[in-house]
Amino acid sequence: MTESPTTFEMHAIVKRFPGVLAIDHVDFVCREGQVHALLGENGAGKSTLMNVLAGLYRSDGGEILLKGRRVVFHSPQDAISHGIGMIHQHFMLVQSNSVAENVVLGLKKPRFFLSLSSIEDQVAALGEQYGMKVNPRAKIWQLSVGEQQRVEVLKMLFRGARVLILDEPTAVLTPQEVDALFGTLHDMTNRGHSIVFISHKLEEVVKIADYVTVLRRGKVTAANVSAKGISKAQLANLMVGREVLFRVDKKKIQPGEDVLVVEGLSAENDRGLPAIREVSFNVRAKEIVGIAGVAGNGQSELAETLTGLRSATAGKMRMGNIVLNSRSHWREIGRRLAHIPEDRASVGSIPDLSIAENLILKSFSRSPISSGWSIDKIAVHQNAVKLVDEYKISTPTVDTPVRMLSGGNLQKVILARETAQQPELMIAVHPTRGLDIGATEAVHKLLVEQRDAGAAILLISEDLDELLSLSDRLMVMYEGRIVGDMEAESSDIEKIGLMMAGVKAKS
Amino acid sequence: MNQSRIPYRVRFETRLDNPGWLGIVSSILGVVLALIIGGFVLKIAGATSPVSTYQAIFQQGFGTFADWRAGFIAIFTNTDCPKGMLCFGPLSDTLVKASPILLTSLACIVAFRMKQWNIGADGQLFMGAWAATGVAVFLLPSTTNPVLMMLAMGLAGVLAGAIYGAIPGFLKAWLNINEIITTLMLNYVAYNWVAFFVVVGPWSIGDFESTGRFPAAATWPRLTQLSKTIPILSGLTANPGVLLGVFAAIGLAWVIYRSRWGYEIRVIGNNPKAARYAGIDLKRNIFLVMALSGALAGLAGMNEVASLRELNGRFQQGYGFTGVIIAWLARLNPIAAILVSILFGGLVVGTQLVQPAGISAMLQGVILFVVVGTELIFRYRVHFERVDGVAIPEKIGEVS
Repeated sequence: MTESPTTFEMHAIVKRFPGVLAIDHVDFVCREGQVHALLGENGAGKSTLMNVLAGLYRSDGGEILLKGRRVVFHSPQDAISHGIGMIHQHFMLVQSNSVAENVVLGLKKPRFFLSLSSIEDQVAALGEQYGMKVNPRAKIWQLSVGEQQRVEVLKMLFRGARVLILDEPTAVLTPQEVDALFGTLHDMTNRGHSIVFISHKLEEVVKIADYVTVLRRGKVTAANVSAKGISKAQLANLMVGREVLFRVDKKKIQPGEDVLVVEGLSAENDRGLPAIREVSFNVRAKEIVGIAGVAGNGQSELAETLTGLRSATAGKMRMGNIVLNSRSHWREIGRRLAHIPEDRASVGSIPDLSIAENLILKSFSRSPISSGWSIDKIAVHQNAVKLVDEYKISTPTVDTPVRMLSGGNLQKVILARETAQQPELMIAVHPTRGLDIGATEAVHKLLVEQRDAGAAILLISEDLDELLSLSDRLMVMYEGRIVGDMEAESSDIEKIGLMMAGVKAKS
Repeated sequence: MNQSRIPYRVRFETRLDNPGWLGIVSSILGVVLALIIGGFVLKIAGATSPVSTYQAIFQQGFGTFADWRAGFIAIFTNTDCPKGMLCFGPLSDTLVKASPILLTSLACIVAFRMKQWNIGADGQLFMGAWAATGVAVFLLPSTTNPVLMMLAMGLAGVLAGAIYGAIPGFLKAWLNINEIITTLMLNYVAYNWVAFFVVVGPWSIGDFESTGRFPAAATWPRLTQLSKTIPILSGLTANPGVLLGVFAAIGLAWVIYRSRWGYEIRVIGNNPKAARYAGIDLKRNIFLVMALSGALAGLAGMNEVASLRELNGRFQQGYGFTGVIIAWLARLNPIAAILVSILFGGLVVGTQLVQPAGISAMLQGVILFVVVGTELIFRYRVHFERVDGVAIPEKIGEVS
């Protein structure tokens, strides 16, 4: 097979956000008539990379070539005028307007007189051509989510898009709608369009993509591999990483009594669909239990349910001899139950408050920080000075607002706060996501120290490397269920990969 | 490629550090800019010189140097103010005007700190005034001990305001009904509630649209009552109301910065998700903060009737909205609100004689508008950059 010409090439793209290197010298090439999947865990930089291409972000380095010519996009309009259109996870449609009105929204032409009926005809014809039937006169709010997505696609085609970027398009669709979407994508590639398909769902990638590029922590781990000759397990490994970057110095110790016991726990996600289904497991003292899995298989919901941020629909949770429910959660948070949340900036910290004030978030209602109604400023300051020194948080003063800290330092603040009280149980979710090697090592060391001090730790991560080097026991989550439970030492990476991909889910 | 005709554009970059001085600078900048814009309007309205108009406003609000000198001389010699002089200028009137503004601004500050947009301080003030009047005129005998009477009125005002603020607080916390709409609408309910009692209803004496003079025990003593021992005080209407505001401000500052509850308020205001994660009860706090906000506004209402010595159909509307302006100008700092309220009191007194009469409100509006605008330089760093298709090396993101 001869290679078709490229539609665009991205070379050595770099994108930084304050404190984070989101995209690190990434190359990405797309050819005519192909579906190129961009695969990676949450926060790997997939959407960021494509937002650069679609003109939403400006890169801090690198260049974009369009048919060999260098281009710079200042806005999404620039990008679409060059034939690059992106469909975001959240649709950009005006609910009370018709399909045709949404399609022409924002176009420069026609300047004064809008002949809606001729546009409606064009939209209908375009829909016919690509097998996407939509009534152009229907109002958006009357349409299903799948139909709304078609309107977004039509909008881009109407603007002459040759390259279509779809950001996790199947996340909101029913299985039937996914099939219809894939049919449309085939029609489009047959007509020479290029598709960039952003996803973390292995199954779909294998099904629809011609080529796959895998991103991990802002770097390409596999470029342009043919999707035909690759297995799901291989992709899973590429996504979460298996090369050993570092080793954690960890002694083997005998675990103690059960600290966390979960029986038949179920919970729903934000859309009201079952996210965890009758999960049962236990975590013992002096033990780190890792939960592996591809993003979106219920890990976040599990952590939220265990820490009282989400209510369970069925099942029981017990910490020691305390039943965890909405009342006891409030009481135990910050005492015996510690939580390193997934999103440190928007959940784990209060950006405008100082380091000292962030450090007391879990202990402000108790002595020595507060006595009666008031908060003891001196105790707050002493607590901060002690923890900043102990956990090696680098900051000019303890009164610096935490939004000025780098990701690694912010995570240290959270860890300091959560572990200072010697918790019995710790739930850590993606504790090293987005951190550099140095900070990652510091966090790993801390977790092991907590374990040695007697804590039971549940570690949820997408980084297989991290899980294998830290965990004593490893479980795999797939579609809300725990599908594997094994000693971490004896675990086989291939087998874990298969479980994460759901291959052995039924056995 | 669609190129804009101007090869430059403005880019806003979020500031990661906003130094403390910037807040003060942008507040002052806001006021100065507002005065310049207001100057143009004054010119159009027919002022011969906006500068001299501002001078006149300032002198009528805060007095002249000579007024203050005469005042200090009179104090040290314990004599009356010389004939034809206005000792300390109109400071006394300014303070009387400042006290309701200060209390309503505190009401706004505590709610805004938690991002609860209570713009119903005016209605809460009216309900506080109504309840205090009810206690003073219709509930307690006129022979009640003055201290007891004032305490009872204060309690009634605080309670009425608290309940009136807690209603939208409850609706927001448990039913998620937008508090901006409810507090705004409840203002009009309160205006008409008071009008019903005082203008047409049971509390009106004859056709005077008034409750009539309060019993002496139910009014603030005025400084002039001390003029027998300190002659300079004769004719001064200042009352303890402003002290009430100052104490409330100090108390609120303690609550916000030093108390457990204040910490919860600040955490919720800055990041409600983190508050939930820390086990802080959001619903209860929304309810309580709205009640406290209403209580402070209700206290302003009680203070106002005790100062006016009656509740009538011309009871001033709008203190609650001025409170919003003060709260922002003071950048939600209760102590700063004391100073800003006094300045605003001076502006109100100073513009009383300026024609057309709307100038005072116009200046207030422009000041708020510009101050909110200067938030831009507070929150963002403004860049101008060339747009000519060549990528410019960007500084954004190069934060260590």
